[in-house]
Amino acid sequence: MVIDSLYAVAALLVLAPAAIALSASPAGRPVVYGVSLALSLVLVAAAAVSLVGGQQSNAVLPLGLPWLGAHFRIDALSAFFLIVVNLGAAAASLFAFGYGKHEEFPGRVLPFYPAYLAAMNLVLLSADAFSFLVSWEFMSLSSWALVVAHHRERDNMRAGYVYLLMAGFGTLALLFAFGLMAGAGGDYVFDAMRATPPTAGLAALVLILALVGAGSKAGLVPLHAWLPLAHPAAPSHVSALMSGVMTKVAVYGFIRIVFDLAGAPAWWWSMPVIVAGAVTAAMGVLYALMQRDLKRVLAYSTIENIGIVFVALGLALAFKANAMTFAAALAMTAALLHVLNHSLFKSLLFCGAGAVLASTGERDLEKLGGLIHRMPQTAFVFLVGCAAISALPPLNGFVSEWLAFQAILVSPQLSSWGLKLMIPAAGALLALSAALAGACFVRVYGIAFLGRPRSDAAGFAQETERVSIVAMGLLAAVCLALGILPGFAIDVLAPVTQLVAGARMPVQSGVEWLSIVPIVESRSSYNGLLVFLFMAASGMIGAYGIHRLASDKIRRGAIWDCGFPDASPVTQYSGDSFAQPIRRVFGSLVFRAREVGEMPPPNSTLPARFAAIVHDPVWDTLYEPLNGFISFATEKLNVLQFLTIRRYLSLVFAALVILLLVLAAWP
Amino acid sequence: MALIHNFVFQGAQMLLVLLLAPLLTGFVRKVKARLLRRRGPPLVQPYRDLARLLRKDVVLAGNASWLFRVIPYLVFAATWVAASLVPTFRSGLMFSWTADLIALIALLGSARFFLALAGMDVGTGFGGIGASREVMIASLAEPAMMMIVFAIALIAGSTQLSTMAAFMNSPEVGLRVSLGLGLIALIIVAIAENARVPVDNPATHLELTMVHEAMVLEYSGRHLALIELATFLKLLLYVSLIACLFAPWGIGAATADPAELAFGVVSYTAKLAAGGFLLALFETAIAKMRVFRVPEFLGAALMLALLATLLRFVSRSF
Amino acid sequence: MHGLTFDVAHLLAGSLVVVSFLELYQDRILALINIYAAHAIVLTLSVAWQAFIQDAPHLYITALIALAFKAVAIPMGLRQIVVRLGIHREIDNVVGVGLAMLAGIGLVALSMVVMLRVTAEADPLAREDLAFALSVVLLGLLMMVTRRNAVSQVIGFMSLENGLVLAATGAKGMPLVVEISVAFSVLIAFIVIGIFLFRIRERFDTVDVQALDRFRGERR
Repeated sequence: MVIDSLYAVAALLVLAPAAIALSASPAGRPVVYGVSLALSLVLVAAAAVSLVGGQQSNAVLPLGLPWLGAHFRIDALSAFFLIVVNLGAAAASLFAFGYGKHEEFPGRVLPFYPAYLAAMNLVLLSADAFSFLVSWEFMSLSSWALVVAHHRERDNMRAGYVYLLMAGFGTLALLFAFGLMAGAGGDYVFDAMRATPPTAGLAALVLILALVGAGSKAGLVPLHAWLPLAHPAAPSHVSALMSGVMTKVAVYGFIRIVFDLAGAPAWWWSMPVIVAGAVTAAMGVLYALMQRDLKRVLAYSTIENIGIVFVALGLALAFKANAMTFAAALAMTAALLHVLNHSLFKSLLFCGAGAVLASTGERDLEKLGGLIHRMPQTAFVFLVGCAAISALPPLNGFVSEWLAFQAILVSPQLSSWGLKLMIPAAGALLALSAALAGACFVRVYGIAFLGRPRSDAAGFAQETERVSIVAMGLLAAVCLALGILPGFAIDVLAPVTQLVAGARMPVQSGVEWLSIVPIVESRSSYNGLLVFLFMAASGMIGAYGIHRLASDKIRRGAIWDCGFPDASPVTQYSGDSFAQPIRRVFGSLVFRAREVGEMPPPNSTLPARFAAIVHDPVWDTLYEPLNGFISFATEKLNVLQFLTIRRYLSLVFAALVILLLVLAAWP
Repeated sequence: MALIHNFVFQGAQMLLVLLLAPLLTGFVRKVKARLLRRRGPPLVQPYRDLARLLRKDVVLAGNASWLFRVIPYLVFAATWVAASLVPTFRSGLMFSWTADLIALIALLGSARFFLALAGMDVGTGFGGIGASREVMIASLAEPAMMMIVFAIALIAGSTQLSTMAAFMNSPEVGLRVSLGLGLIALIIVAIAENARVPVDNPATHLELTMVHEAMVLEYSGRHLALIELATFLKLLLYVSLIACLFAPWGIGAATADPAELAFGVVSYTAKLAAGGFLLALFETAIAKMRVFRVPEFLGAALMLALLATLLRFVSRSF
Repeated sequence: MHGLTFDVAHLLAGSLVVVSFLELYQDRILALINIYAAHAIVLTLSVAWQAFIQDAPHLYITALIALAFKAVAIPMGLRQIVVRLGIHREIDNVVGVGLAMLAGIGLVALSMVVMLRVTAEADPLAREDLAFALSVVLLGLLMMVTRRNAVSQVIGFMSLENGLVLAATGAKGMPLVVEISVAFSVLIAFIVIGIFLFRIRERFDTVDVQALDRFRGERR
């Protein structure tokens, strides 16, 4: 299986330079995206066969470092993440068939797209630290090229710069983590690292480095600053991949290092993970509510969902450290299911945003509106995406949140006092972020698609290409399917949790009526299919009864508006107005949000001005001081550029003497 | 045979909640009127209102979309399904294992999601005001409700409503502090979710004080009737939930005989009457809060519920 | 040990914590005084229940003292002071209500952890009552720290004292002498503070302690 996957990846790598030539002609675009689609589907099939069949396959290629080679392997964990990544890639490629027509510079996007897909797959397939890190960097570089594809916009260049900085920083942290695990012997193969886990102190350091390194790529607060700049800057199908799929590759990196290679967890390991996850979830969605740019809202919402995944991973770590393996399996299933669900609905939402951008040319929520009339099919699938991400039953977002809450309800059995106090608070933050996510997506859908158009661009938009709508519709259908039949997904995840957490959840496929029962039936159960059928039946009975027994006539009239209708679309709510109550309740604490109104004096005809000022606490407390310190340090160190020859020689001489002293004093 | 038996009971429950919901609201309005020394509308006035609305034509704004027309049915379906899952006169309902209390809250959340979208659909200032305030209230009420569920689930050992009701009815439950805290928090959340004084005034027609009424301003005819019915059902649901969790005496077990079931129905009606009376008393005695004091009010509920959960985590005897 | 007596004692102690939270939530002074009266009434009920289950008649006298002084006399006196000072319309929080309540939850969690770990071998009823009592003390201190007005700080101080009484009765065997002396000292302190509040108000026209800071004079 791994050889087949490697062939597919190699094909993608060959496609990349070929696309440079293909991008010259307009027919090249369908070829590139079509081949990417086909290869992604091949990889999904290979991974599915490996996961369901339960086989593990290895391969060693004579590439890379001469004494190491390049080790590749598919086990249950990488098979699952391969499915997630390639499903997202297939959907994005299908979407790009239609969306790619709007690309002004295909030569800047087409060559890097297959390279990006290849790099992500290589990270998942790697079985030694060197190929992992090389693929990780390759993934960052190819996505950087895609982020700065539209290089004429200044914001994009800044986004690319910040992205490159944070990516480099993350890779450095991971490099140190792998170095610590390889130990003095320096064996970088994962099997060797697994066999010799590091000592307690070093393992703690590995955890922190993995959290920082993988977390910065996934978007944990406070290392998230690059994500809302870079994800919106890229073309929309690439944004879908970056948000929906690349963040999941980072989660894979974290799971691989902390759950697999670093050995048995200590009792306190879960605490930084849960704290980071909970804070990320709450901050992410609060940021999302303050944004005007549609894609930026979606990027911050990705940060929120990654927070939820990390809370579940932290719970799994706590249970594993406490030898409660069934509870660990439950928490891990919740985390992995949320990974899958989020990749699906976030790709759907970004594709929808891309469709809106292509049709109207606008990303600003304050210029959209009324698109449900102009782009009805896009509006429908986007609604499904919004409902899924707000965790509404019977869609898939609810299932993973439900499993996470069930995991929290099992956690009073943990013995650590710190965890006993932290987990209810984390649960409250999780519930808060779920409720705020619903608010955020009511805002996004209500302002962008409902209401009246706020600009001509929105008023005269056209529906997008048929094939893009098909891609989004397929994603929406999978969201509904996973919400109605979650038992199958849980059973498919069983080998993964067995590998990582040491146990599996009870078999779900035999349960009556296709419910899911995480622990035991009397305790809790959920049946998505029956809830769906129940709701559909009640709605239809209501509709039928009323249409038959009462009236079914409709008249169209003017807007009622309490008798004061105003034709101007400016009088409807804008995105900022919608968020104002929440900005006032939460934002005044978290963002020091203030509203400043300048009223002109009486009898003056000048307009009043209103501004809502929001400070980003992470930039103000972390990045600005860091920036200032680095500027200060570089200015001081700049002196080294202008020394005399004698001074340079004395520097070299001093270094030599110090090294000799160290050598002399070495015991 | 047992399947049909259970099916009949589930259907009876669904019909019972549907028929009783307008009566509860009528009762609350009558008691409020009497407390204000008015005669008040007859008890069956809500039924007459619904019948009147159902007969009328729907008048839609010119730019109302298909979503606007579908949403009343969605909201009604979600609320009716949620109300049918709360044990009223008998626990162990057939579909009780399809959705536990967390799923029930999420069902009410989806009803609220779609109602807020309906407010945004026509593109007026009122719809926006209602929707934005509704999601602000929800952003605090839903976490508070979730923490209440956690606290009670940690005591009862389950999130299934039938199991919880059975546990609360058994002698193992004591007078626990967490239950007391949970009860206060649940009452506060119920008031907020049902748009009652002091959070929102259900009888208002003043724009600046509207939350729920503003969202449904553009609805008319049978659509408005369905949304009103969903509102009645939601009030019934919350009163039934408080009764089921904190005053579960009289709820028949799954194997109850007809006499016990009849007693269950009678006791349920009595609990509804008591709940309605207390609600009317409370609404008459207190003034409506400013909109931006509501987050403090709900924040207090969230803190109480968080405290209840925390106490359960810390020691089994709380 | 889940008998009814255990549960009622817990419930009353927990209600005392809830009323302390209500004090934190309330920022209008007259309503605050009413809530303090309620605090004292719940303390009375709790002490009376402890007297019942411990079979200790002298605790009934403690309960009576709490009722007479703290639930009736002191609130009446405070209400008179407030009306005569003319500050019954002010609102006086330093930090927002939300932050204060969050801090309150943190303090309750802290006291739970501390008490339950430190007293691992003691009788379960006493341990958990002590945990609640420590929470009430800490919440009283929080009130003193987050309020601007001297009267609210006095109320915080008195709820703190209520917490101490709860701890003492829960731990089985607070002699009556201690209770009477503590109560009298609180009463004297209260009278002295009342007199000083009037003098301060006469001189400086305000009892806002932040404003009073300005009159402290130069630092050496």
